[in-house]
Amino acid sequence: MSTTEIERQWTTRLRKRAAGKLPPEKLLPDTQPAYVSSWIYVFGVTTLAALSLVILTGFILSIRGPQWWHSSSIGHFVNSMHLWSVEIFFFAMIVHLWGKFFMAAWRGGRTATWMTGVVTFLASVGAAFTGYVSQTNFDSQWISTQAKDGINATGAGSIFNVLNLGQMLMWHIVLLPLAAVLLTAVHVLLVRIKGVVPPFEEKTGATK
Amino acid sequence: MAFLWSLAAFIPLDNYGHYIHWGVINISVANFIVVVLMIMTFVAALLLPFPGRNRRKGNQ
Ligand code: HEM
Repeated sequence: MSTTEIERQWTTRLRKRAAGKLPPEKLLPDTQPAYVSSWIYVFGVTTLAALSLVILTGFILSIRGPQWWHSSSIGHFVNSMHLWSVEIFFFAMIVHLWGKFFMAAWRGGRTATWMTGVVTFLASVGAAFTGYVSQTNFDSQWISTQAKDGINATGAGSIFNVLNLGQMLMWHIVLLPLAAVLLTAVHVLLVRIKGVVPPFEEKTGATK
Repeated sequence: MAFLWSLAAFIPLDNYGHYIHWGVINISVANFIVVVLMIMTFVAALLLPFPGRNRRKGNQ
């Protein structure tokens, strides 16, 4: 194979692009600018930690299933861990997004970071909703029968039927968590590529 | 554990939820408390000094 052929391969091109945009010292940096030492920067990573716990406890709930999480004390415990991690996840995410809003952290070519955040938020709301209707108890029956009229009125009910437990469970444990985790990964990689947004006084667009 | 259960007895969970009505705004007390806690956390995050900040500055 000639050198030009090697240069034209998609693997070579992709590797060069990835290494150019995200060299190891940018992917896992050892220092951050001084203004990052503030509590407000802790909430992104708190959200990340809470999301990890949500996924982990969700995996455990999947192993044993509804009878287990409704009737055994360890099942109740894991169920509660799942719920409370979600509460912390949303709490931290909202504080995080307020922080980014007031910093106008979309400046300097960071639109995609902000927008992946917005879409992750929407996917997470969907994941929480489908979780509430997948509990398989009176609460989930109540929520789904309350929600159906509103959702059917939008027309979405023709493909998204909140009374269909199987469908809601699939959205809750496959589609929406996958979307949330993938979007979060892109979101965090974008933060690494662009670097933390400088404060207002500094020139926007600077990446250091 | 028994102590925790007795604590739970102070929070009435078998009633209808309480709601705040204020013009077009209609929010449950539970949700309102969470919103207030988020605002307090946000303000605290901006005001409280971050540990190690001075040490880092000294090193630079
Ligand atoms: C699953 C939810 C989310 C996770 C796990 C997450 C995680 C993170 C992390 C770890 C950072 C870097 C550290 C920091 O600045 O806090 C970050 C930065 C950022 N996040 Fe999020 N985030 C989430 C949701 C959101 C949402 C909903 C928004 C806004 C709509 C948002 C907007 C941003 C922006 C604009 C930055 C870049 C900040 C900068 O360059 O200084 N994020 N996120």
